[in-house]
Amino acid sequence: MNQSPTEPLKRTPLHAAHLRAGARMVPFGGWDMPVQYAGVKAEHDAVRNAAGVFDVSHMGEFRVQGAGALAFLQHVTTNDVSKLKPGRAQYNWLPGVSGGLVDDIYIYMVAPDEYLTVVNASNIAKDWAHLQQHAGEFDVTLTDESDRWALLAVQGPQTESLLQPHTGTDLSAKKKNAFFPAKLFGFDVMLARTGYTGEDGFEVFTDASEAETVWDKLLAIGLTPAGLGARDTLRLEAGFPLYGHEFSDTIHPLSSTYSWVVKDKTHVGHEHIRMAPTQTLIGLKLERVPVREGYPVKVGGEVVGHVTSGTSSPTFGHPIAMALVNAEHAGADIFDVEVRGKDHPATRVALPFYKR
Amino acid sequence: MTTTPTELKYAASHEWLAADGTVGITDFAQEQLGDVVYVELPEVGRVVEAGETIAVVESVKTASDIYAPASGTIVAVNDALSGTPELVNSAPYEGGWLFKLDVTGEGDLMDAAAYEAANN
Repeated sequence: MNQSPTEPLKRTPLHAAHLRAGARMVPFGGWDMPVQYAGVKAEHDAVRNAAGVFDVSHMGEFRVQGAGALAFLQHVTTNDVSKLKPGRAQYNWLPGVSGGLVDDIYIYMVAPDEYLTVVNASNIAKDWAHLQQHAGEFDVTLTDESDRWALLAVQGPQTESLLQPHTGTDLSAKKKNAFFPAKLFGFDVMLARTGYTGEDGFEVFTDASEAETVWDKLLAIGLTPAGLGARDTLRLEAGFPLYGHEFSDTIHPLSSTYSWVVKDKTHVGHEHIRMAPTQTLIGLKLERVPVREGYPVKVGGEVVGHVTSGTSSPTFGHPIAMALVNAEHAGADIFDVEVRGKDHPATRVALPFYKR
Repeated sequence: MTTTPTELKYAASHEWLAADGTVGITDFAQEQLGDVVYVELPEVGRVVEAGETIAVVESVKTASDIYAPASGTIVAVNDALSGTPELVNSAPYEGGWLFKLDVTGEGDLMDAAAYEAANN
């Protein structure tokens, strides 16, 4: 992270709650965040089999309002924002002016002419500057609400049944990507049926001042607190690309399997994004040795790419990785990954590794 | 609370050394690492200097280098770790030992009290 060592780490409204829950805290994108509580495997398994809760308050929220809000969002993103209806959410990309992504984002439609966007924590300042730069020609007002909101991701197959008794909203009627105001434990929140774990779940937007109470109540009804460690193993198993690893300012976003995020429209950098990528993101499975970001990926002794994310999969019990490889080698079935000077065989497997 | 047996000596890099040359990582270290999923051990017969990188312990999240707490020759490695690397977490001073050295010279090591003081 490009964080000056003298700059103090930012804290979410749940910092004290994490310490109470026994979290090990680590610097992450300029924030002091919980990496784990009981342990990555236990937290990972809780989300896959029951339900867990993550503090994702470090992520940024920008409100986009005005008669030109839709036209502006259409200009700065690749997906078709006009498909959104009030109460719906959409995964989207912020392309750069010369290829690559400024960020990947979620857009929540509040009302006609009003949207809430959620951006990655480490990109808040960069995204804000980028959006300001492109807002000038549109009738639009941007507001950085990152400090106003705490964001809790409640994820896992038991999420709906655990939350239902504590809200008056019929959650079963709210399908994937629904976004709606609700009462939760008596507090006014926004709920979104979205998440980043490959499981069913809800993201809870709550006022920062009420976040700690909501968090405590979520733990009291049986949710397992889960940290950044489990969040990463879960998203990797689900084949979700992560900014800074599978996406960046310089990686062609169509290297990933997410070409559906680019729709037929004119937008920032559209001429670059439509050029064919020279690399392809693939999934790899190894027998024993975990492989990490940056490790060389080879075919026949020749380096053809590198690992972008790797871990030992708690669900499958063997190492998995995503890797960017030269497009002409992406069809190979067997690769080698160099680990500390020694090559280890890796089998290409389809992404995602895990599908619910 | 993690344990720090008084009969062992400790390196600042979190390895322990027993009087018979057995080496492992401390309870404090295994807790910091989290779930251990793979251990790469040195070859028997290798001659090492104190402070040399000699093994790797991988957790779900990261790979961590292990340093020789003493100079000497590797005379045994813990083969049980290839099938059950989690022994490093569950029994860091017993079943989770890493390797044994025929010690020719110790590195800069601490007693249990000094190690605990350094990691509080």
